[in-house]
Amino acid sequence: MIKVRFFALLRERLGTHEISLPSQGIATVNDAISALAQHNSNWSQIFTDQEVIAAVNQQLVDKDQSLQSGDELALFPPVTGG
Amino acid sequence: MDCYVCVQEANFDVGAEYQTLAQDPQCGAVVTFTGLVRDLPGGGLQGIELEHYPEMTERLLLQLCERAQARWQVKAIRLIHRVGMIHLNESIVFLGVASAHRKEAFAAGEFIMDYLKTQAPFWKKELTQTGSYWVAAKASDMDAVSRWQQDD
Repeated sequence: MIKVRFFALLRERLGTHEISLPSQGIATVNDAISALAQHNSNWSQIFTDQEVIAAVNQQLVDKDQSLQSGDELALFPPVTGG
Repeated sequence: MDCYVCVQEANFDVGAEYQTLAQDPQCGAVVTFTGLVRDLPGGGLQGIELEHYPEMTERLLLQLCERAQARWQVKAIRLIHRVGMIHLNESIVFLGVASAHRKEAFAAGEFIMDYLKTQAPFWKKELTQTGSYWVAAKASDMDAVSRWQQDD
């Protein structure tokens, strides 16, 4: 399984802060996002129109980054701290 | 090299932070920056709610400080970022950099703040009388960080 965490606007729009995604068939962050978008039509729309940044095991990554079972994937909107 | 990073709900004392940085007789420069909660152009902001990714935030901030240390001759860095409820005009972030000369301290400070604004997992929500709204990221912040990449 891959633990997926959501933050800020993305968390609010999806209505959840965390889900577990079966790792079978998921090789990269892009694959994980595609799988999440298939959850329902609402999620499909959100992942189409929301700019998403990814971190794997608390490190920022590109979306072609590989994923393995046990990884923590975090997805969130562009950051606005400081 | 001395590097202190903290993410906290409590406010901080800018004077005390400065004094901590100003102790080293080898340092001829202390540059500090404080970020505050700014009102909306038409007024009406009550404050902000600042969300973060706790397991990642301090680690990323420490990485930014270490990258700045590797690039410039700086003696000490203190970086404090608040989370949770922060009222109008209160402080959000403090950065202080101590070095022998001012140029290194200014450059390292700008580098850390530019990367913090575009990479550190914090998100601001503005609280107003009519509702609460997530702040959108600014393209100008991405432009600011690109100048450091060109120099690499």
